[in-house]
Amino acid sequence: MDIIDTIKDQIENNSILLYMKGSPNQPQCGFSARTVQALMACGERFAYVDILSNPEIRANLPKYANWPTFPQLWVDGELVGGCDIVTEMFETGELQTLIKDTASAQAAE
Amino acid sequence: MVVQQEIEQRLQQQFSPGYIEVANESHMHSVPANSETHFRVVIVSDAFEGKRKVARHQQVYALLAEQLEGPVHALALHTYTPGEWQQRQEEAPQSPDCLGGSKADSAGA
Repeated sequence: MDIIDTIKDQIENNSILLYMKGSPNQPQCGFSARTVQALMACGERFAYVDILSNPEIRANLPKYANWPTFPQLWVDGELVGGCDIVTEMFETGELQTLIKDTASAQAAE
Repeated sequence: MVVQQEIEQRLQQQFSPGYIEVANESHMHSVPANSETHFRVVIVSDAFEGKRKVARHQQVYALLAEQLEGPVHALALHTYTPGEWQQRQEEAPQSPDCLGGSKADSAGA
């Protein structure tokens, strides 16, 4: 499968998806750590891809997403943002609402 | 200092910001002394009015595409309209500590 198709596939099939450096339990970058912490605090299941062990995704996703850095949070097929946006949304409560709504919509399907 | 000045100049020209702060945070990461790899930008501009955060960041990333493809590995972005900036009492979040994931990492962000 073409790498862009793989990326599209991941984004389409995981309504809450985080591309990060390392894993949620062992993040390898402060920005990824902060983002995954906010996401975990929302209390819903989410998928993640460790881009350090997927160099092809790391090399190609920025162009596809029009977003040069990691982490990247994707919800419902749309890029929500990186660490700065996710953290600010968490502070205002926007992130919790978005994640909970997405998770319950998913469960209802 | 060169990259830092370039970033600031480009942002000044494009956004005529009411407030701008470009900080070189490379010393917080595992890179050689005097590197210009990690930056934190706070920018307050009317140009962000009515735009979602993702769109604002994408606009900045596009403007700094050259730097991001070259030396710049991380760019923490805090983009506000004058109203949002006031609401935050003119304070933007600080960057997280490095967790070392970029060590032995030549591929960029």
